[in-house]
Amino acid sequence: MNLLELQRRMAGAIMAPLGAGDRVTRAASAEVGAILTPNDRLSSTERLEIYAKSYWYRILDGLYDDFPGLRAIVGVRAFDRLSRAYLAEMPSQSYTLRNLGSRLPEWLARHPEYAGKNPALALDIVRLEWAHVVAFDGPEEKVLGPEDLLELTPQMTFRLQPYISLLALEYPVDDLHLRVSQLAEGRGDASNAVMRHRERRAVKRFTMQREAIYVAVFRKDDSVYFRRMTADEFRLLDALRGGKPVGEAIDSVFGESALPVEELRTRIEEWFRSWSEAGWFCYPGGEA
Amino acid sequence: MAANKFNGNSDYGIGIGLRIPHYHHIFEHKPTVGWFEIISENFMVDAGRPLAVLDQILERYRVVQHGVSMYFGSAEPLNREHLTRLKKLVKRTKTPWLTDHLCWGSVDGRYTHDLLPMPYTFEAAELTASKIREARDFLEVPIAVENVSSYAEFHVSEMTEWQFLNEVVERADCGILLDVNNIYVSSRNHSFDPYDYLNAVPAERVAQIHIAGHSKFEKYILDTHDHPVIDPVWELYEHAIRKVGATPTLLEWDDRIPSFDEVHAEALKAAKYLPAAVAK
Repeated sequence: MNLLELQRRMAGAIMAPLGAGDRVTRAASAEVGAILTPNDRLSSTERLEIYAKSYWYRILDGLYDDFPGLRAIVGVRAFDRLSRAYLAEMPSQSYTLRNLGSRLPEWLARHPEYAGKNPALALDIVRLEWAHVVAFDGPEEKVLGPEDLLELTPQMTFRLQPYISLLALEYPVDDLHLRVSQLAEGRGDASNAVMRHRERRAVKRFTMQREAIYVAVFRKDDSVYFRRMTADEFRLLDALRGGKPVGEAIDSVFGESALPVEELRTRIEEWFRSWSEAGWFCYPGGEA
Repeated sequence: MAANKFNGNSDYGIGIGLRIPHYHHIFEHKPTVGWFEIISENFMVDAGRPLAVLDQILERYRVVQHGVSMYFGSAEPLNREHLTRLKKLVKRTKTPWLTDHLCWGSVDGRYTHDLLPMPYTFEAAELTASKIREARDFLEVPIAVENVSSYAEFHVSEMTEWQFLNEVVERADCGILLDVNNIYVSSRNHSFDPYDYLNAVPAERVAQIHIAGHSKFEKYILDTHDHPVIDPVWELYEHAIRKVGATPTLLEWDDRIPSFDEVHAEALKAAKYLPAAVAK
């Protein structure tokens, strides 16, 4: 057995979902007998189990930390089931635990059976919480400030900072996230072994009334903020992010508007001033 | 022996790991600390608070980078994105040397986020050494590899762990981050004499030493970094210092992290074994 084959078989046994009582399954046990030696205290299966538990508890803790709102909505037990199913289907493809949840919004949309009694609410919060991760340490490019926008023309195009997410949500989950994240603990990658779940705090399950909101998730002075927007402001900014020139973006939002031109102009100018003062625009070429 | 080419000829004394629960204390009280070890992966980000915190630390303290996912022993090639981000961080921190583990943890692009033990074969030694050389040439900084705690052994192994370590570091011409707690943990799990291991380590390659606490279970010991260092590990540390000389020493405490002062006081116990000139 060469090194690659050994590592494939060993990793397969470690990353296989744990069975009842978080024990390794018979299939994993059978696989590892040909790879690992027993000793006078531990069978090869027991030796595998140390690594399998450490693997699963570490990545489960990673998701637990990054999605406090989702677990408040579906409940701690359901969140654990959801996490195990997601991680079994979508194992980490990154060297850092930071990216563990990057595919969770897309996965949960395909698996509403794990999203609790109100999948729309769960999908809203998971999108918001991943946007929070991106805003926390996502890339930042050279800012296009208010002075760069003095001569705004209809042909101009804009790029938004990569760390900004624009979300159209069915529920006001920004409030929910702020409430539950006060309980969240900081974490990072480390080199210690993990043999237990970190303590799961009982969190009151949340539910809420439907209320469509539009939110920008962004970073300012190294802190993450949620800013609610009107539907028109959101649609215009979203159109600009999509690459439409200013004139075309404005037409797409206000083409049918009955608002007086002066009022429209004032409103749009205020938005552009606000966006540029917040540093949301970056240079079209992506200069850093 | 303290200063050698594997630790950038530095004279670092006793350090501790930079951990999130201590940030507030560090920035408010500005304690005197010999140096901080950072987990590289926690700062290999594009922007935001992690880098802002790091820059504040770098204004006042010396920092050494310690990685947890380079996986020199994985059969697959080094991750180029990882290396590129790591080099960017090396330039930022100006770390005199850089460490990661003698282990594997990824296969076919899937990551376990664990430090899995190597099969001690000549094939694995050559591949691991070639990846260390490749990383060092790319990063342009000395590299030292850390012996890991292990809980399993492979049928295919052809040598002891310390023979494997020597094979790798000689072929790679790299340094060793000697973790005396890991030697203790593995010696108990695999029933060997930890002093046999220590005595076989090429002293001239030891760039840094790790000390840490661990947890005892009924049938094995686990490297949990959540307790003070126990006396038998201090004794191993004392033996190591006698053998390799005063060497940069770092206490790891990663779970159930107590106050900054408790962690720092635990680390400073190492001063008892170091010459006064470097025990700072």
